[in-house]
Amino acid sequence: MSFLRLEEVTKIYPNGTKAVDKTSLNIENGEFMVFVGPSGCGKSTLLRMIAGLEDITKGEIILDGKTINKVDPSERDIAMVFQNYALYPHMNVYKNLAYGLKNRGDSKQKIDKKVNEVAELLEIKEYLQRKPGQLSGGQRQRVAMGRAIVRNPKVFLFDEPLSNLDAKLRGQVRIEIKKLQKQMEVTSVFVTHDQIEAMTLGDRLAVINEGIIEQVGSPIEVYENPASLFVAEFIGTPQMNFIKGSLNSGIFKSNHYNYKTKLDNTNDEIIFGVRPENLVLKDDGELKVKIDLIEKLGADSIIYGVDQNNNNLCYRENGNTKLKANEIVSLTIENNKYHLFDAITKKRLS
Amino acid sequence: MNNKTFQFATHTVLFIGVLLMVVPIWIAFASSTHENVTVLTEGMQWTLGDQLIKNYNEVLNQKGGFSQEITATSMFINSFIMAFGIASVKVIISSMSAYAIVYFRFKLAVPLFWLIFITLLVPLEVRILPSYQIVSDLNLTNSYTGLILPLVASATATFFFRQFYKSIPDELLEAAKLDGANSWKFFIDFLLPLSKTMIAAMFIFMFVYGYSQYLWPLIMTSDEKYWTVVMGMKIIFQESYEGGNLPRVAERFAYIILSMIPPVLVVVFLQRWFIKGLIQTEK
Repeated sequence: MSFLRLEEVTKIYPNGTKAVDKTSLNIENGEFMVFVGPSGCGKSTLLRMIAGLEDITKGEIILDGKTINKVDPSERDIAMVFQNYALYPHMNVYKNLAYGLKNRGDSKQKIDKKVNEVAELLEIKEYLQRKPGQLSGGQRQRVAMGRAIVRNPKVFLFDEPLSNLDAKLRGQVRIEIKKLQKQMEVTSVFVTHDQIEAMTLGDRLAVINEGIIEQVGSPIEVYENPASLFVAEFIGTPQMNFIKGSLNSGIFKSNHYNYKTKLDNTNDEIIFGVRPENLVLKDDGELKVKIDLIEKLGADSIIYGVDQNNNNLCYRENGNTKLKANEIVSLTIENNKYHLFDAITKKRLS
Repeated sequence: MNNKTFQFATHTVLFIGVLLMVVPIWIAFASSTHENVTVLTEGMQWTLGDQLIKNYNEVLNQKGGFSQEITATSMFINSFIMAFGIASVKVIISSMSAYAIVYFRFKLAVPLFWLIFITLLVPLEVRILPSYQIVSDLNLTNSYTGLILPLVASATATFFFRQFYKSIPDELLEAAKLDGANSWKFFIDFLLPLSKTMIAAMFIFMFVYGYSQYLWPLIMTSDEKYWTVVMGMKIIFQESYEGGNLPRVAERFAYIILSMIPPVLVVVFLQRWFIKGLIQTEK
């Protein structure tokens, strides 16, 4: 049985908005689960329900074999890192870390020992006497983490904790969080709208859209086999290319070109998806793309253009490509690296 | 205008302001150190006289009033108790009612808040007869409770606390909840320390408000033991007119000077706290 289980969890706000709809999910002990989705998709609401900060309209949340729907947040044995850290501004770092332990009734020596351990682990020992206002963004982030760690919780919850850091620091802290989580082996749920964070941090991702989990799986699984059009669109930068067309006994047709797929279905409305890196140059390829724009990123270049059917496409080239705008390149799709979606149900075919 | 002239101009304005404040006080103080005769015949004095100790000693320790039962010292104590009581109870009640209004989402929170707010339109002077009726029915005339109680509800302070609490991010409450803080603990461990500068400011305003009450203690107290400083200012040396003696003008000035000290002390003492809180941005 899994450690943290959501069973048909539903959240309907008093004004009638359905934020989360019958969501079920199993999270294993020690697993790093990431909820990823666009803003307003219900991922934060789901997290807050696990934390006990929102009531659950329907369904059950089970932690370690116990239903915690009605358990007080402080008694769920869950720690949360907030987006704005929510450090206690009038207490110094030491007291920030110690507050939860104090309320739990731990002895002074025990608190002192734990706080010092955590401070050492996070390298914030020298700031213990400072107040949050005197710390930099990165330091505050550590204190927020420390406040979660110090309580030795069963589950860590992270609510977009990196969104207030600058890009460079974000990368660093991301790696630290991942290391720390592996080291401590505490079950964690991390909410983000940033797919890079999601891909790099999670053991598994849950891609959420409009209150529904679209797909759960390891980052690579989700990337390589997106279960729906939404997941295909949402995961991966630059975005996957989409071509509308139809399928006739396994042949994909769209105006000026045909492509033989491995399926043999027939379906009138199909969306054919291919990731930019799966488009490769080939002298007599199916796709003739007129280049609009070239973004040179150093390691590689991203080339945007329009094909003979007027679809916008993009693909990757090496960093110092000699191609120029308005040139026409001939492309083909790398072996079977394409995705077919039903345009009506938006689900993956096959 | 260059920087220097501008600075000069602003300082001049400030200086004039200071003079307007300080000169009357100085005249009162200087006059209080002369003999009554001097002040009566020569008018108010600019220079210090030689009666300082005698006058102040007399003011503080001589019994006054109709029945000669009360000294200025005890009036100071009465006023201090009244002002301190009003200010502290006001701060406690209004911070707590604001807490209830902002954090407990009960149905009547908004109408109740506006009801409290509307009381701003009904100051004590308007409701003085019914208030007196109630206090007298409760047998609280001539008591400190009677002096303090009718004045402790404050719409202004409730309003300020409410605005302040609303500016505290919700995440703080949520983090505290996860850390096991219940409603009481959140109030005591978070809201009170965070609003200590507010509390200091409110306390200053309310202390001065309580200290300068005139009408309410005048109606409330028939027993001279409960006279307050502001009432005493009119009454205490009144007997001098009746006996055909010289009016005790210099001593009255001394009394006025003394009556200014407690509120000034409160301001000076709390201001340091107040400014300290303003410099450290904590939110």
